[in-house]
Amino acid sequence: MSEHQPQQPGIFSGLWATARRDLLLAWKRPGDVLNPLFFFAMVCTLFPLAIGPSAEQLEFIGPGVLWVAALLSTLLSLNSLFLGDFEDGSLDQLLVSPQPLPVLALGKTLAHWLTSGLPLVLVSPILAMTYRMPGSVVPVMMLTLLLGTISLSLLGSIGAALTVGLHRGTALLSLLILPLAMPVLLLGANTVSLAAGNDIYTTGIWALGAYAVASLSLAPYATAAALRISNE
Amino acid sequence: MTARLAADNLTLIRGERCLFEGLDFALNDGELLLLEGRNGCGKTSLMRAIAGMLSLETGQVLWNGVPVLKQRQTFHGELVWLAHRTGLKGDLNMVENLHFEESLRPQSGRDREAVYARLGIERLKRLPLRSLSAGQQRRVALARMLLADVPLWLMDEPFTNLDREGRKLVMELAEEHLAAGGLCVMAAHQDVEIGAPVTKIHMQ
Repeated sequence: MSEHQPQQPGIFSGLWATARRDLLLAWKRPGDVLNPLFFFAMVCTLFPLAIGPSAEQLEFIGPGVLWVAALLSTLLSLNSLFLGDFEDGSLDQLLVSPQPLPVLALGKTLAHWLTSGLPLVLVSPILAMTYRMPGSVVPVMMLTLLLGTISLSLLGSIGAALTVGLHRGTALLSLLILPLAMPVLLLGANTVSLAAGNDIYTTGIWALGAYAVASLSLAPYATAAALRISNE
Repeated sequence: MTARLAADNLTLIRGERCLFEGLDFALNDGELLLLEGRNGCGKTSLMRAIAGMLSLETGQVLWNGVPVLKQRQTFHGELVWLAHRTGLKGDLNMVENLHFEESLRPQSGRDREAVYARLGIERLKRLPLRSLSAGQQRRVALARMLLADVPLWLMDEPFTNLDREGRKLVMELAEEHLAAGGLCVMAAHQDVEIGAPVTKIHMQ
């Protein structure tokens, strides 16, 4: 049996398989996807109701509120990233699979972003209307959210992996992630504010892009290491 | 000649308890390693240690003479682990679950329908796993094991939830696997009779 070398599936087959399976699971349990999205929509619509309809005020706080709501809703959805797999034993199966763990973790994070980050970006223009955001600023806001949520999903996967063995690790997860997520929030909200004030905002976009690329290249390894530690 | 799977002076301490100390074994093609002992004596921990998922106090597990932690990916490509928790998704059906597994591990190319029929799960293909009984779910986990093309089977309490025929079937499958030159590590708290060379480790 030792001479026989079976055909190993390639790296990308592991990446797509994990992403596909998680998307399929999300499709079968739409509630898990919709909850964070509802949260995002609720926070964004409650602010104008509480503050009052003054256009000036709303325009001023709009970018900040949208960004804070996006950050919190991402944190809310991160907790479940590895929890289901941990509970039914499929995380153990991933850990003993011949595929590189960072790639599998990336697959899971990709599915998480597609089901939490991307829908958030897509509904944001509707919510931006409640803040009287000018039409020219909306694409900028969507772009910052697009790049920002990619970073948040990736950074969040590290925290989710570290806290997966702990019961009720949500508070700890938020604490771990917030310092890393702060630059994303500041850059995102300020870039949108600058765009709304007709200032030069491209620096912010580049910085967010750089942050996303850095997270993409480093986070999967950290997540894989964290998964191994928390599953000992 | 180096053994296919060997352990050298394994010691594992969890919290205050020493689960095993100075444990050695060597296993070759066609042999079964049976881990015996009462509940909570560390059978599963030893199995996780063999799979390279636990860091040990001392010692190392070797596959073809090389420590498994130095060739984790290669080693994991040669084993399949039937764990206590099946690791199958309750919301997906059997085919979707097994299809996922296919993308991770080399496959034996056995006729799938024949495997399903042998395990008595051929009628359950389109049902979400959640709606199956615990024993049926375990049979699906066995199908995953049979469809993978790997020499080493790690079976943690393989008889859990299975009926009498199921238990007999597990033994038959293990026997066939060993006869074909495979290796098997089995944790069990009941007597196992098998027509193959057996090494027993009785854990305290």
